[in-house]
Amino acid sequence: MPSSVAATGSQDSHIRPGGPALRRGLLVPALLLLAWMAASHNGLLHSSLLVPPERVLILPFGDEAGQQIWAALAASVARMLVGFAIGAIAGIGFGLALGMSLTAQRAFAPSFNALRQITLFAWIPLLTAWFGNGDSAKIVYIALSAFFPLAFNTYEGIRNIPLAYVEVARVLRFVPRQRVTRLLLPGALPSICIGVQVALITAWIGTVGAEYAMGAGRGLGAFLLAGREQFRMDVVLLGVFILALVGYVINVGFRRILKPFLLWQGEAK
Amino acid sequence: MTVSSPPGSFASPDLRHVATRSRPGVLAALAWKRVRPRFWPVAQFLLPAAFPLAILIAWQVTTANNWLPVQILPTPATVLSTFWDLVTGGDIVVNLQISFWRISLGLAVGGLAGLAFGTVLGVSRAADEMLGPLFKALAQVPSLGWVPILILIFGLDEMLKIIIIAKACFVPIVLATSEGIRNVPRPYREVAQVLRLRRRSVLTKLLIPAALPTVFGGIRLALSHAWIALIVVEMLAAAEGVGYMMVWGRTLFQIDIVIVGMLIIGGIGLLMDAGLARIERGMRRWEPARA
Repeated sequence: MPSSVAATGSQDSHIRPGGPALRRGLLVPALLLLAWMAASHNGLLHSSLLVPPERVLILPFGDEAGQQIWAALAASVARMLVGFAIGAIAGIGFGLALGMSLTAQRAFAPSFNALRQITLFAWIPLLTAWFGNGDSAKIVYIALSAFFPLAFNTYEGIRNIPLAYVEVARVLRFVPRQRVTRLLLPGALPSICIGVQVALITAWIGTVGAEYAMGAGRGLGAFLLAGREQFRMDVVLLGVFILALVGYVINVGFRRILKPFLLWQGEAK
Repeated sequence: MTVSSPPGSFASPDLRHVATRSRPGVLAALAWKRVRPRFWPVAQFLLPAAFPLAILIAWQVTTANNWLPVQILPTPATVLSTFWDLVTGGDIVVNLQISFWRISLGLAVGGLAGLAFGTVLGVSRAADEMLGPLFKALAQVPSLGWVPILILIFGLDEMLKIIIIAKACFVPIVLATSEGIRNVPRPYREVAQVLRLRRRSVLTKLLIPAALPTVFGGIRLALSHAWIALIVVEMLAAAEGVGYMMVWGRTLFQIDIVIVGMLIIGGIGLLMDAGLARIERGMRRWEPARA
């Protein structure tokens, strides 16, 4: 988990916005897009899979299948928010409990670390057996996918609180509530914020993955599945584009919100 | 030690607290104080097993009383015997072989391509400015998103699985390689300049060795991504492999197979992570101290 955090954190390390760099960065995608358009229009490569790019773009306002994207996106985002809220509260609570009590840590950390090794997607067959194909199984799965990164990051954040702070809290004889609100939560906040970001992304991918794997109901995953089954490449491409776009918005939007918190962490060190 | 010890002595607060309740309570507290030093280390040692044990007991009790149908929760003994059958019957071995073959091929293809592309991005600023944004945009698309696109192009062919796994390896290795090369300490580059090393020597004598630890971090990440991608693609679009075995068990309502699959996936994930972390630690020792 820390390594994946590092990977997402370092994505925009050296690309400056605007200027000639941006123009050069757009050159290759523009050429590719032109090649795609040329190939799909001149009929050299005749294939139903090679849909013109502009058809993908107007699809949300086009035929019936395409218009479904709005409802699908709304359903997925709503589902994700519910699952994320449940998983996030449970994850932060569990992480706090592990961080606060050595006994809890000894009792639960090994089991937690073992369970974390099970690839999230592998929970889906068990969850569908227990909760069916409906919303409850999906929400449990989304909650699980938010729970693990948040519990881990909260726990790690607490463990990395400088010993000096912990000792000050002890000298001041903080009662447990003060320990949580004045020491543990503020101390672990930067790490929790990163956990929230990772959890939002995994919850989003988890949402679409669960919808795609379980099939029933509305949502972006079901939209993709339908497009695939009807051999509609334009529908699939639109769905994948929206899937990536929402992930990108979560990443960028959250990084902007996160900035003040991370700056503050830099000062503390 | 008396119950009415003066405030300020260490034993007093909790004992006074108990004393307001009853006399047996005091005795129990005193007995606990005696036993605790001997009992506590043992308890601490056994504590990590308590939670799994409690789950196992609850599971056994639930199934023994038929509170849940077997199609929802098989008995622990069934899971164990299914595990044994799948191991001795060879099913697990065959499925794991297929899965490992896919991972190795995907890692080889995606890893080599990623090393080459990452080196180009790391060495040449122009290449990074031209191809970097496109690469980062495509990297935003999760493996899950590539599955339906590639199914339409390749069907459920073996090619599909290899491409998905290769892509899952490609992205972290490109990021790690280009970062590793870019972050080579400036003084080293200056020494290379002073020595007037040729471009090829700079690459083989300076950039590659200096970037190696970072690259290895990328390979480790790539392997864990590959493992996740493998499970996803085998569950969604395969007819063999560990991931498929679970889906198959689910369609047969044989939850014991599903649970065995989860145990195997978790166990292999644990082994891979621990093994690679060890190798990486060995490599870090060799890493030059950061200037």
